[in-house]
Order: sequence, then C-alpha cells, then structure tokens
Amino acid sequence: MPNLEHPAYPAATLLHLESLVPCRESQVSMLLSIFGERQQFSFPSIFIYGHTSSGKTYVMQTLLNTLQLPHVFVNCVEYFTSRLLLEEILIQLQSYSSETEQTSHVPCDTFNDFVRLFKQAVASRELEDQTLYVVLDRAEQLREMEVNILPGFLRLQELTDRNVTVVLLSEIVWELFRPSTGCFEPFTLYFPDYSIGHLQKILSQNHPPEYSADFYAAYINILLGVFYMVCRDLKELQHLAALNFSKYCEPVVRGEANERDTRKLWKNIEPHLKKAMQTVYLREISSSQWERLQRDDGEPGQLKGLSAHTHMELPYYSKFLLIAAYLASYNPVRTDKRFFLKHHGKIRKTNFMKKHEKTSNHLLGPKPFPLDRLLAILYSIVDIRVAPTANIFSQITSLVTLQLLSMVGHNDQLDGPRYKCTVSLDFIRAIAR
Amino acid sequence: MQKLMGQLMNCYVDVDSLEDEDYVQVSQNRIRCSMTSLTNWYETVTKKTDSETPSKKRTSSSRDWQSPPVVVIFKDMESFTTKVLQDFIVISSQHIRELPLVLIFGIATSPMIIHSLLPHSVSSLLCIELFQSLSCKEHLSTIIDKLLLTAQFPFKLGEKVLQVLINIFLYHDLSVQNFIKGFQLCIVEHFYSQPLSVLCCQPVDAKKRVNSLSHDQCENIRKLPSFRRYVESQVSEKQIALLTADNFLKEITQKLLEDLRVYHENYVSVLRCLHVFTSSLPKYPLGKQIRELHCACLENRVWETEEYESSLQLARMLNKSDLVTMLQQCVEIFVSSSGNEFDKTVEKLKEFLTQFQKLEAEAFQERDVSVSSQKELQKKTDLYHLQKTLLELKESRRSKKLTKFEMLRFEVVDYIDSLVRNYLVPADHKTLHEIAYFNTASVLRGHLNAAPRIALHTALNNPYCYLKNQALKSDGGRISNKAPDICIVYKLHLECGRLINLVDWLEAFSTVVMAVEGPNADAASSDQVDDIIHARFIRAVSELELLGFIKPSKRKTDHVARLTWGGC
Repeated sequence: MPNLEHPAYPAATLLHLESLVPCRESQVSMLLSIFGERQQFSFPSIFIYGHTSSGKTYVMQTLLNTLQLPHVFVNCVEYFTSRLLLEEILIQLQSYSSETEQTSHVPCDTFNDFVRLFKQAVASRELEDQTLYVVLDRAEQLREMEVNILPGFLRLQELTDRNVTVVLLSEIVWELFRPSTGCFEPFTLYFPDYSIGHLQKILSQNHPPEYSADFYAAYINILLGVFYMVCRDLKELQHLAALNFSKYCEPVVRGEANERDTRKLWKNIEPHLKKAMQTVYLREISSSQWERLQRDDGEPGQLKGLSAHTHMELPYYSKFLLIAAYLASYNPVRTDKRFFLKHHGKIRKTNFMKKHEKTSNHLLGPKPFPLDRLLAILYSIVDIRVAPTANIFSQITSLVTLQLLSMVGHNDQLDGPRYKCTVSLDFIRAIAR
Repeated sequence: MQKLMGQLMNCYVDVDSLEDEDYVQVSQNRIRCSMTSLTNWYETVTKKTDSETPSKKRTSSSRDWQSPPVVVIFKDMESFTTKVLQDFIVISSQHIRELPLVLIFGIATSPMIIHSLLPHSVSSLLCIELFQSLSCKEHLSTIIDKLLLTAQFPFKLGEKVLQVLINIFLYHDLSVQNFIKGFQLCIVEHFYSQPLSVLCCQPVDAKKRVNSLSHDQCENIRKLPSFRRYVESQVSEKQIALLTADNFLKEITQKLLEDLRVYHENYVSVLRCLHVFTSSLPKYPLGKQIRELHCACLENRVWETEEYESSLQLARMLNKSDLVTMLQQCVEIFVSSSGNEFDKTVEKLKEFLTQFQKLEAEAFQERDVSVSSQKELQKKTDLYHLQKTLLELKESRRSKKLTKFEMLRFEVVDYIDSLVRNYLVPADHKTLHEIAYFNTASVLRGHLNAAPRIALHTALNNPYCYLKNQALKSDGGRISNKAPDICIVYKLHLECGRLINLVDWLEAFSTVVMAVEGPNADAASSDQVDDIIHARFIRAVSELELLGFIKPSKRKTDHVARLTWGGC
C-alpha cells in the first residue's frame, strides 16, 4: 500500500522510493510535503538530526536521486575549511550547466564571493525553475569554520534570491548550533532511532537469493537477540550479519539440518556469536582474520587480539623516569621529603590535611609537576649515580611523544615545563618488575 | 590535514609526471587538495597501466582489488594529532571504492593505543591486522654479529668503547640508529687520531702500505706500547735490528699484521663455539648473548674469571643430548670457518660425537652396577652390619669409577677449555693491536653523552679550557680579572645564597675588575661606580639570565633568585 502520495511526482517512482526506505515513511512524506512541487519555493533551510546510522544521509540521497531533484551533496568533514567547502559547492554546480564543460578552478574565499558566483552558476537553463538542494552532511563541522558560514547558509535563499534550499544533516541537536548572534531558524526534523522491529525488517531485506526470506529472518532474529543489548547501530549489525551468515548456514550446507530446524541451528551459532562479540565487534581482530578462522575452523584461542599485546620495551632510564613521573604525579609534594631523603622529619597532620584525606589521589587523576621535581625524584630512586646528560632530557621528550607523559601548560613556557603522567598503576607495576 | 594531503598530492604528482613525459607540469598551488583530485589521479594512473598490459587480465574475486591499492605509511602513530588522524580515516573510508588505501601504522608503545587514539566509530571503519617486528635487542645483536664478530672488517672496537655504546643503547634509548652513528663516530675518530690506522685495511693493501711507510711512521710503530712489549721479549740482536733498521721493522710488521688477522679469524670461531656452550647453561654466568661474552673476553683473560669457572662446572653436569647437540653445532661452526687451522679440531669433535654414539650401546651395562648396590641395602641386616655396608658404600662412591659418559664429558669440557685458552686471548695482549682496535672511550663518551650543564659550568668557571688564552690560566678559587665579564659574574654568584642583591653583586664585580689597575688607580671614590663597568655588569647579568642561572625574583625588588645549586 503506497504510503507516499504526492501530486507532483509519478506514483511509480514513489512506490520505488518507498521500497528503498523502509521504516522511514513518515519522515519521507514530511520531506516531500515540504519540498512541494519542483518549481515551488521551499523552506529556506532544513535541519535534520538523529543518532548515528538512523538513515539521514541514506534517506536524503535516495530521495534526491530517485526523484531526480537537482542537488549538491557535500561532506563537511572532507572539506573542512570554508574555502574548500564553498569551492566544492561551486564545482558541483558547474556540472549542471551545459555551457562550460571542464571544471575550471574558481577561487572563492568569502561568502560574499560565493553568493555572487552562486547566482551566476544557477543561471543555466535547467536550474532556473527547479529548486536546488544543497545538502551539507556532518554539519557540526560548520561550527568550527568562520562565524558567518552557518548563518549565511541558513539564509542562502534570501541572500541569493534564487530557488535554493539548504539541508543540514547532523547528529547534534539544533540548540548546540544556534549562534550567539542569532540566525534564521531552520525547520528541524528528527529521525528517531530504529526500534528492534525496524532493525529486523531492514536487515531481513538483504537476504542472499539462495536462501528463503524466512530462513534469513530467523537468522536475523537470533543475531539481534544476541547483539541488540550492546549494539543498535545499523551499519555494525549489517556487517556482523554478513560475516556470520556463512557459519549459520553450515549445518544446512553440510546436510545435518534443514532450514526449519531452528534449535540445531541455534546451538551451532550461539557460541560463535558470543565469540564474535568479544573479538570482531570490539575490533580486536580484523574481519578477514575472522573469516579465515571460520573457514579453517581452528581454535580461536590461539589468535591473540589487540589487547593481548600490552608489553612495552623501554630502556633502563626511561623506566625510571616513568616511575619517577608517576610518583611525582600521585604523591603530594609534602610527602616527598619523607620518602626520598634519608633524614626526614615527622609530618604533623594539620586540620587541612584531615579534611582532605578522604579522596584517594588515584581517583582524582594525575597532577602536574615541574621538571625539577621529576629530576630530583629520579636521582633519589636510581641506585647508581646518574650523570645529567642530554640523553636523559631527550628521553623525557620522547616519553611525551609516546603519550606516556603529557605536557601541561603553555608551549612557550621555557623556564618551567610542567608534565603529567598519563599511565595507570598496573602499567607502572608491570614496568617496575 | 591539508599538509598531509598536500604532501600526498605532491608526491603523486611527481610520480605521475615521471611516468609520462607529456604530462604538463602543474604547480602545486593550482591543484586543489581534495579527495576527488586524488581519485581522479588514481583512475588515470590505473587506466594507463591497464591499457599497457592488456594480456594480463586480473580475475576479480570478491576481495581482490581490481587495481593495486595505495599504501600510506604513518611512521610514529602516537605523534599524530588525534583529530587529524580520525578525520583522515573517516574521509578515506568514504572514498574507499574509488581509491583503495592501505594504511600502515608504526606503533612504538602497544597496540592498545589504537583503542585509545581512535573512538569506536572510527576504528569500526578499519580492518585491523597486527604485525610485530623483531625486538630491538635482536637487531643490535645482528649488527654486532655482522660488523664486529667477523673477520671481514679489520676495524674492531675495544672493550671500553663497546661497553659505552651498549650502555647508551640499553640504558638510554634502545635506538639502533644511534648505535650505528656511534660506531661511525668511532671509525672517524680512529682513522683521524691514530696515524698508523692506515694499516688497518684489507690484507692485500696492507702489504703495499707497509712497504711504503715513512721513517716517521716507523718511529710511531716503535712507540706503540704493545710493540715495546714485543721488542723486550726478543733476543738482543733482534732488538737492535728492530729499533734501528726500518726494513727489518717492515718485515716484522707484515708478519705481525698477518698474525693479527689469523688471530681474529680464530677468535671469532672459538667465541661462537664457546657461546654455544654457555648460552644454554642455567643462570647464564657468562651472559646470554654473544656480545656479553665478547665483552668479557675482551676485558681480560676469560679463563681466569670466576664466571668461567662456574660455567665450566655447570658444563660438566650437562646431560647427553644437550652435549651432543652442542658438539654438532660446534662442528658446523668450525667447518664453516675459513681458516684451515680447525681441521684437527673438527676431527676431534667428530671423534667425540662417535664416542657418544657408541656409549648408547653400552648404556645398559651401567644400570646393573647401580641396581646391585641398591639390592645390598635392602637386605635385612642389624645395626652393625648396616653401618658397615653404609661405610663401604661411601668409600666406593668416593673412589667410584666414573662412568664412561662422565669421563667423555670431562674430556670434552677440557678440550673446549684448551681451545679457549689458546685462542681467546684478549686483544690487548696481541702486538700491534692499537692499529685495529679503537679504545679511547673518554673521547666517545664526551661526544655521545652530552652534558650541557657541565660544559657550561666548565666554560664559565674555567675559561682557559675553551679559549686557550694563556693569560686566563688560573688556579681554582681565585677570580682572575682578565677573564670575560660573564665568568667573573658567574663565579661571584656561585658564592651567594638563594637571593642575590644586585647592588652588592655590582660592587663585588667592580672591585674585581678594577683590581687590574692596582696601585696605579686614581683616587676615584669607591662609592661611585664607573658607567662602563655598570654597563658591562648589566650585560653579563642578562646573559646569565638568558642561560637560565638566575631569574628575577618577584618577592624582593632589586634581587634575583638563583636557579642552580651545587654540581648541576
């Protein structure tokens, strides 16, 4: 039953569109009603938001391609400066005009230039009476660019005086976008997450032709039962479905069970899926390794995932430097004298200390320490006499590059660099052995 | 990000223009750095290669790329800013169909860093496989093996120098590149400072060079301490001849150089053989790696050390199969060595092996002996008889005839010991070793273990060391007034406490500087300080502040805080 009806577009295409975008009929019909007929002016800017893999990009692209509406599709992460973004829009526009054949490089630095060039570019025959859609994907990057880009795009219809609509796709709500100086409020549309029923429906659509739809639907059911609690991401689930289907079909292929023997199939696949959750889903091993494992039917215990390799080799003094850094980060300054000198006095507990004793330093995280304190502690914990050569100082810098220490404070502060230790207690224990 | 892409585009453009001469050289500014240009370039390149080789049709399976992927290597993954890396991965994954990319990450810490650098949304786009390269200590062993423990190169490192280099490697940076650079420095130092190093070359050239040595060079040879030892050990006529006649000296030098070369060859083989034995002993008394053994042998006579004794004792307790494998390995080593001196050794070792194999057949006879002694104990006896039998057993055990296997083991160990004593003489004991061995570790340490603070302190305290001006030569303690201003100011500040009063400092400075005039000083009032001296003082103090010895104190005006204490 066709849900989408619109006088401007032929019913056949609408039916086709509907088959391509399951579970999103209400959103698509809303969009269609906003778009109106081809030559009608639409809302100047539309803001679509929803969680990851809720189908925003996919629906937009399918809609525009199926109905063959003229559009420009730009990903803001790829064109991360305003100049790149604006030039890309202009380049894509040129493909619509039939006069110029090669894409000549049009420099466009400011929004002002863009508006002017945009007006010129839209002047071709085909675009004159149709609405042009400029779709900006990952629009949260627009906030990082210059301040006038986002408000400019929201008002593009008014600035250029042409039939254009800007669609912004993002994962973040509109409240975080709103610039402080005010702007034209776009029409916001929310794409809700897919429920489990929706996921089932969508995933069952991609069944391979050899097997029946019911068989595949049962498989998807099992898969969702195992993974739905940890993962609702459609892309991820599609990936997992594709990977594990061959294992699921094994008993049928081998002839041990037929398609309806759900219990046997479940017993076969369940431990496999659990293992998959620990390895492939967490990206411990790659999918090609997983497939190889399936084919060889070997022991997955032999394959060591990424997190099994935690051992790190460090030179002798670097280990001591790291340990000294850890001590400097987590011990308060007043205990230094007590721990590291031979003749220390007693530390009297003051009221201040009694109040603040409760929170363990481990919970609060590492504290920054100056370089001199690090060197003092290092000299006191290393047994042999350490000469202050340039090698030791350069080791500190290489530890920062390896992200085991991090530099706190301004880069220009040459006379007192401060560092913070970023490794955990277990790591230090492993090294100290 | 742009720079990254710019670099990619640049190198791609270069490659492309090299391939096709007709391609118009486009300047980098005009090409837009974007993925579309990259994909376009990739398409053009692959289309070209495909058209050139029409016969090679690639069968496309489900996983194979139609065309070769582009490999991007990220050296040092931890030093990339995380956002840039994430964005790059996201962008390239969107264009993966048109531009197949393979990314190789060089990770210096542990693979967990991938999970900490990349969020799940990004790492889910990657298909990750792990490769592990050899540990750096193995690389070091390979280098030492190929460069030092070989008879191919006449240049060798002395023990102290080798220790310095290995210490820097193990204690400081685990960097094989630095080790190589240090080694190159040693070569340069050796050939630069030792005039006789002209003889440190391949044996073919050595002969010619020895013949063409000048008289000065011959004098140099005579001055070498190892040569002097050699002369003293000769008969007196030979001594005179060596010390006076240059030609005779040259002949002897050639012979000695030949001896040195032969010694090297033998040394290497026997060292490896000994390493085979000692590397499988528990607790490794002589070190696990061959470089440790090499250092021990270079240092002094290894057979006199305690560790050698303990390792021999442990070797006398090895079991048969281990011993047999070790002997076989030694046979291989000696067979592959180039000298023909070891033919006898090889025969002897093979003899040992055959004897071991014969022992197998006689093994069951030994068991009877031990079984009978057990049976005696088990007979029922009274206390007196028990005591007697136990005493007899103890006697027999003390003078027990060693089994054939144990005797053979003793022989093998003794034989290896004799080899060691013959061939593993430390290099210091050979004549003319200074030609081939570089042993001035202090120079090396001065260059490689830079201590900037100590150098500064020396320079400021003792300017004669660097300026070599005779007038500056002073004994410690006295402040010479001919020294540069900054040295005077530095020495004065060393005597002060934490906060230094600038006015007092200036007074002291002017006293020292004006002392040069001595009794000829005009009766200038001591309160007034000359303007020039004031200016000199200010300049010196600001230089000290730039070097980091003092800093302006916020607590008191007109005071500076001292930043360094004691010996750096």
